[in-house]
Amino acid sequence: MINNAIIFISVSIILTLVSFFMDKKKTLAGLKKGLMMFKNIAIPFLNILILVSLLIYIVPPKIIQEYLGAKSGALGLAIAAVVGSIALIPGFISYPIASMLIKQGASYTVVATFMTTLMMVGIVTLPLEIKYFGKKVAILRNALNFIIAIVIGLLVGLIL
Amino acid sequence: MKKILKKYQPYIWLACFAIFTLASFLIGFQPGKDISINFEQFFIEMITFIPFLFIIIGLFDVWFPKAKIEKHIGQESGVKGIILVILLAMLQAGPLYGAFPVAYILHKKGASIKNIFIYLGAFSCLKIPMLGIEMGYLGWKFTLVRTLVSLPLFIGVGYFMEHHLKDKNFTIHDIKNKP
Repeated sequence: MINNAIIFISVSIILTLVSFFMDKKKTLAGLKKGLMMFKNIAIPFLNILILVSLLIYIVPPKIIQEYLGAKSGALGLAIAAVVGSIALIPGFISYPIASMLIKQGASYTVVATFMTTLMMVGIVTLPLEIKYFGKKVAILRNALNFIIAIVIGLLVGLIL
Repeated sequence: MKKILKKYQPYIWLACFAIFTLASFLIGFQPGKDISINFEQFFIEMITFIPFLFIIIGLFDVWFPKAKIEKHIGQESGVKGIILVILLAMLQAGPLYGAFPVAYILHKKGASIKNIFIYLGAFSCLKIPMLGIEMGYLGWKFTLVRTLVSLPLFIGVGYFMEHHLKDKNFTIHDIKNKP
């Protein structure tokens, strides 16, 4: 946690300085843009942190370990893949949830599968996708991505 | 009245939580105290790196404008074309459905089917803002492994889609023109 802060703070300071020497105006525009983006996600982000704080209190680690842990096997993988495909959680907000799951005993396979389906498969947005690509292509893309998300999860779990 | 409600709607949870925490400390409600301690830890974790991540993203945005790369899309083929669409995807932000209109533009500009699907793949798992936040929360090891495992797989999906769709009149519709 502290390491994180040190890395991100020093990288941002160095980049800002380099950028500032190269172009003052551009740097100010960039800083403004970044802070605006932060402002936009700050409230939803805080809401998710509240939710995660509650969940971590209510759901005992034992349950997470049982259903999403290393020994959960195919069931854990299926839960992760299906929930990830249906849920419409913005990427930014999903990382605190993922980190909480790992700390509470979920396996890397489960979390990687969940994150990947969340990003690559969208059941809720499928009607919109069909409008762009047509029914067959949209369904094919989602099905393929569903499969490779599971493959990614298994491989990540195998390596880590 | 309605307007005021709408304006403050995003803050409702925060306000409820603040009241709940305050009350818990006043009456000594232990679960409430524990939850607020959890929140405090999460909040410190967040506030010590996310704002700086956004400073980095903002600077990236002004120094590497997407429009510059977009200009070259479609003209380049082969490995160069693949690298170009992946780079373009990495500079984006937002949810996957935001990538569909861009896929339409790429298609119109003459990008291959393969590259369009590689773009969508890279968009969903290689966006720089996402990688930054992922490193912060799940560690660089997890991020590196997940990225390196995903990359060949979604390039594979691109090749498969091109192979599967090349004789099938593949097109992308612009839904603005066609309600």
